[in-house]
Amino acid sequence: MSNKILAYIESKDNKFKNSAYEVISEAKKLSGLLECEFDVLTISDSNNPGINNLGEYGVKKIKIVDEKKLNNIFGSDIKYSYSAIAKVISETASSGGYNIILLSATSFGKEIAPAISVKTDSAFCPDCIDIKISDGNIIATKPVYAGKSYVDIKFNSDKILLTLRPNVFKSIKADSENIEIENIEINSLNISQSDFKTAIKDVIIASEKLDVAEADRIVSGGRGLKGPENFSLIENLAASIGAAIGASRAVVDAGWRPHSEQVGQTGKTVSPSLYIACGISGAIQHLAGMSSSKCIVAINKDKDAPIFQIADFGVVGDVFEVLPVLTEEFKKLT
Amino acid sequence: MKIIVCVSLVPDTTTKVKISDSNKTIDETGVSFVINPYDEYAVEEAVQLKEKNGGEVIAISFGTDKYKEAIKKAFQMGADTGILIKSSDVFDSYTVAKNLADVINELQPDIILFGKQSIDFDGSQIPAMVGALLNLPSVNIVTKLTIADGKATIEREIEGGKEIIEANLPVIIGTQKGINNPRYPNLKSIMSSKSKPIAERQPTYTGNKIEVIEMNLPKAKSKGKILTDGAASVPELVRLLREEAKVI
Ligand SMILES: Cc1cc2nc3c(=O)[nH]c(=O)nc-3n(C[C@H](O)[C@H](O)[C@H](O)COP(=O)(O)OP(=O)(O)OC[C@H]3O[C@@H](n4cnc5c(N)ncnc54)[C@H](O)[C@@H]3O)c2cc1C
Ligand SMILES: Nc1ncnc2c1ncn2[C@@H]1O[C@H](COP(=O)(O)O)[C@@H](O)[C@H]1O
Repeated sequence: MSNKILAYIESKDNKFKNSAYEVISEAKKLSGLLECEFDVLTISDSNNPGINNLGEYGVKKIKIVDEKKLNNIFGSDIKYSYSAIAKVISETASSGGYNIILLSATSFGKEIAPAISVKTDSAFCPDCIDIKISDGNIIATKPVYAGKSYVDIKFNSDKILLTLRPNVFKSIKADSENIEIENIEINSLNISQSDFKTAIKDVIIASEKLDVAEADRIVSGGRGLKGPENFSLIENLAASIGAAIGASRAVVDAGWRPHSEQVGQTGKTVSPSLYIACGISGAIQHLAGMSSSKCIVAINKDKDAPIFQIADFGVVGDVFEVLPVLTEEFKKLT
Repeated sequence: MKIIVCVSLVPDTTTKVKISDSNKTIDETGVSFVINPYDEYAVEEAVQLKEKNGGEVIAISFGTDKYKEAIKKAFQMGADTGILIKSSDVFDSYTVAKNLADVINELQPDIILFGKQSIDFDGSQIPAMVGALLNLPSVNIVTKLTIADGKATIEREIEGGKEIIEANLPVIIGTQKGINNPRYPNLKSIMSSKSKPIAERQPTYTGNKIEVIEMNLPKAKSKGKILTDGAASVPELVRLLREEAKVI
C-alpha cells in the first residue's frame, strides 16, 4: 500500500510549541525516505500566526480544526476534552487515508495517543527517540527501563502511530513551500456528545517556567544542597542559562521540591543538551532518567560519587562555593 | 462500589540491565521482581475508596505465574480478590490492554485504577487503551481523585501545572506519585492476605502489533573531564562547555 503521513502539532497560547517543529521535521524526513506525502493537522485558533511560517519547514498542507468551535459544539462550559481531540485526530487520519501518524510525547500527546491507536487500529510505539527505514519498513527505537536500555521495534501492521520524545528530534528548516490551509468543518468529523467523555474544566499553571521534560537545559539539585532554602542557588544558576529545574527523589521525598521536578526512573526521563547535576550522588534510579542527556556536568564534593562516571565534565567541589561562581561566569556570557 | 486495580510486575529499580542471549529482552538472572511502583498508588487509592464507600477491590494482572506476586502485594495492602490472566508468552501493550478490557467489561466495575506507567516498557499507554476499548473516560497522571454522586473530579499533572477534569463513572484512572502515600502492609494484613483467592483465566486475545527486534545498551561513554579545584575550576569548566561541548 502507499503510505501517507499525518503529523499532529500542538500549540500553546496561540503559538506552536518547539515540539511541533520537531514532529514536522521528522514527518518530512520520513516522507522523503518513504517517498510519500505528509500533511499537518492542528487543533488551534484559525488565526494562529505561526501557520504561515510552517512552509519554511517544508509543510505543503495544514488542516486546521478550530479549537473554540470544537469545544463549544455542545455548548458546554469546558476548556477542552482529550477524548474529543483523540476522536478528531483519528477521524481525520482514517478519512484522509493517512496510515502513519506522528505526535509529540508531551503530556498532551501521551494522553491521547493510546486512544488514537485503538480508534485507528494502529500499531503504536510510544516515546520514540529514533526512527529509521529498513527495507521500506519503519523501525522505531524507544528507551525501556527508563533508559537503562533501548529496543528497536518493528510493526506488524501498515497502520502505525508514533509519539516522539520532545527535545530529541531536530527541527530543520526545509525548502520553503507555499502552504495550503484547509479548514476542517467540525460537522464533517462525525463527533457526538459521547465523544466528550472527559471535560477539562480548568487549567492551573503554577509556573510559567519550562517543564523539565521539555527543557533543552536542566539544572538539578540533590541532597547536597542541604535544605530547600538553598535551592535559590539552583534557581539562579538555571536562570542564568534559561534552564529548567530538576531534582533528585531524595529532595522531592523530603518535600523540598515538587514531584513534577523529579528526574529518574520514577520521575521524568529527560534528554536535554545540557544537564547540570548539583549535589546529586548519581543513584542508579537517577541515572536512568538523565543519562541520555547530550552533555552532563556534575558538581559534587565527593570525587567518588557515581555521577562522575557518566559525567562529560565535572567539578569536585562544594556546591555552595561552585554554584555562585558558575552563575556569575554564565551571566558574563550573555 | 466495585473497584478494579490492574497491577504489573517489574524488575526492582536497582536492577542493572544486562541483555539476554536472545538480544531482545533483559537477562533475568538474579533480578528481583516487584509490583510496579506506580501500581502501589493505584492499589492504595482503590483500598481508600473501599474504606470510604464500602465494596470490594479486585486486583487483575496479565502475565506468567510469577505475576501473582503483584496481586499478592495488592492483597497485603487490602485488595480482596485477584484474577491472573495467565499467559506463558510476553505480548505487546495492546494485547495486555485487550485482555484486561475483556475481563473488566465482564465485571462491570464503578472505577478502574492503573499505575500511570509500568517502569519496564515505560509505555504509559495501557490505561487509555483500555478506556478506548471499553468506550469509557480515562485520565492518566492523576494526582488527586474525588468521587461524589457518580462523578469523578480529577487533578491531572501537566507541564508546569495541573488540569481539573470531570468525568462520569465508570472511569479509568492512572495514578501518579503524590495522589496518596501507599501503606506498608503490617503483619496482620500479610497473614490475612494468604487466604485471599486468585482466579486464573485464559487470555481472550493473543498477538503482537509491535515486536522487539533488538535490545541494546546505551553507548558506553568515554571518560569525562573531571576538574578538582572546586570553585577555581569554574572558568575552565565554562571554557570546555563553550569550546568543546558547544552547549553554552
Ligand atoms: C523504587 C525507587 C525509585 C527511585 N526513583 C528515583 C528517581 O526517579 N529519581 C531519583 O533521583 N532517585 C530515585 N530513587 C532514590 C535513589 O535511590 C537515591 O536515594 C536518590 O537519587 C538520592 O538523591 P541525592 O543524590 O539527592 O542524595 P544523596 O544520595 O544523599 O547524595 C547527595 C550527594 O550530595 C553530595 N554533597 C553533599 N554535600 C555537598 C556539598 N556541600 N557540595 C557538593 N556536593 C555535596 C554528596 O557527596 C552526595 O553525593 C529511587 C529509589 C527507589 C527505591
Ligand atoms: N501485565 C499487566 N497486567 C496488569 N496490568 C498491567 C500490566 N502491564 C501494565 N499494567 C497496568 O497498566 C499501567 C500502565 O502500564 P504501561 O502502559 O505499560 O506503562 C500499569 O501501571 C499497570 O497498572
